[in-house]
Amino acid sequence: MATGPARKGLLVATFSTLVVAALVAYTVGSSPAWPEVQKAFFDGRYFSTSLPAVAEAFTINIRLFIIAELLILPIGLLIALARSITAPALAPLRIFATIFVDFFRGVPSILIIYVLGFGVPALQLDGVPKEPFFWALVTLVLIYSAYVSEVYRAGIESIHPSQERAARALGLTRIQALRYVVIPQAFRRVIPPLLNDFIGLQKDTALVSILGVVETFKQAQILKAASFNFTPLMTTALIFLIITIPMTRLVDRLAAKDRNAQLGGTR
Amino acid sequence: MAAPKPAPVIELKGLKKRYDGRLVLDGINLSLAEHEVVCLIGASGSGKSTLLRCADLLEPIDAGSIHLDGARVAFEDRDADETRRKLGIVFQGFNLFPHLTVLENVALAPRVALSLTPRAAERRAKELLKSLGLAEKAREYPDKLSGGQQQRVAIARALATEPKVLLLDEITSALDPVLVAEVLETLRSLAESGMTMLIATHEMAFAADVADRICYLEGGRLVEEGSPKRIFGSPRDPRTKEFLRRVRSISGGRRGPGR
Ligand SMILES: Nc1ncnc2c1ncn2[C@@H]1O[C@H](COP(=O)(O)OP(=O)(O)O)[C@@H](O)[C@H]1O
Ligand SMILES: [Mg+2]
Repeated sequence: MATGPARKGLLVATFSTLVVAALVAYTVGSSPAWPEVQKAFFDGRYFSTSLPAVAEAFTINIRLFIIAELLILPIGLLIALARSITAPALAPLRIFATIFVDFFRGVPSILIIYVLGFGVPALQLDGVPKEPFFWALVTLVLIYSAYVSEVYRAGIESIHPSQERAARALGLTRIQALRYVVIPQAFRRVIPPLLNDFIGLQKDTALVSILGVVETFKQAQILKAASFNFTPLMTTALIFLIITIPMTRLVDRLAAKDRNAQLGGTR
Repeated sequence: MAAPKPAPVIELKGLKKRYDGRLVLDGINLSLAEHEVVCLIGASGSGKSTLLRCADLLEPIDAGSIHLDGARVAFEDRDADETRRKLGIVFQGFNLFPHLTVLENVALAPRVALSLTPRAAERRAKELLKSLGLAEKAREYPDKLSGGQQQRVAIARALATEPKVLLLDEITSALDPVLVAEVLETLRSLAESGMTMLIATHEMAFAADVADRICYLEGGRLVEEGSPKRIFGSPRDPRTKEFLRRVRSISGGRRGPGR
């Protein structure tokens, strides 16, 4: 249990937090328009009526980010490997991968969603799907594969070159050295940043609402438009928080564990 | 010296290596016969590590050639990986794989590079570890071992592909003095078992004791070579004399090589 100084610290932290919270509540609550705002954004009735529909629509977001993540993890790795290729004959692959990453990291997601989600189906090409869900998936996979490939690449580069050289000296090929020596060591280090990107992906599933996919945010907007009350949007926000906060804590825990492991290990 | 010399296992001919335009190896000619133990001595920066890395096909060379069992081999070869399996190298910094156990470290190359079955690879690794007195460390991770033990695991790992030549780059320099002896002992018994070895070392007493031949390297050139007795006893080149004088004055009261 908490010992003397730690316990005192906890008390001080609790007290100061309560004071700040009370001050904020008082300031907001005493503003003349607060009753209006409260009715518009935090209406208990609208919360309970919107919850079932908004929560059900959230299953679309879940489907979207699970399918997307399953595609992003391997695609991101392939892009990272393509960027680390040194063979001159395969230079086009490396250049393509570099342009891909620069492009999808450099352009705002919402623009990419517009262009791919509306533009490509508008071409009316035979055999090209038109469903918004499909294009929502494609855009998220492209954007996040670019981000995730950079996470992998940083992880691979964080492993000292002497490790790869030791593997090559044993007669392993470059691919084998990556597969058995570099990537397994890099993987542990990239889990926290990968989870961070995963959280970002979950939030960005709301962006595809602009393509007309009735996911949770779109559903909330529909309910808001019908009732002239913003509470459904708050319901959606709450659902996102319920999912993302535990993941954020997990990332922190893993990152702290990794730091400790590195401090504890030799060299 | 009447009998014809047996064909060398490894031969370096006119080897040159540049870093950023600067000549680091300047026409090295060196060959090792089977079972021969050659020690490379020389001040730090003289090019010993570079020579070993080039000989192991870990880096391209700028001129000259490398021959293994009479066949020319090169960094650029398509089958350079295969050649590297026939050469073992141990680095000063161990470079063990921290995510693998000692046994897995040693078994990795037989399994992956030689395509042995996992069981056969493990059997070979166990035998090697046993012969180096590391049997009971097989399941440990490298960071649980002492420096001397780690370096002996690195030796076992390099031997696991059954190389024709073992290249060793100052493998005791990163060790506490008390741990040096156990690693040198391992090398001594490898030499006795007939392993062909090229050893870069600062341990002059050890070199005098174990080497068939000593090569003195300075500024990327092989200045002088000969039997330990000759090099340590009556060096001819003034540069060799100067180097040995400096080494002896540093090692002070310690038992100097070659009496
Ligand atoms: N990767 C490298 N890039 C540039 N210069 C290097 C590199 N490796 C070694 N050198 C230089 O080559 C020379 C020989 O170094 P090295 O082979 O490590 O000598 P030794 O092992 O005898 O101490 C040194 O001057 C060193 O600075
Ligand atoms: Mg060196």
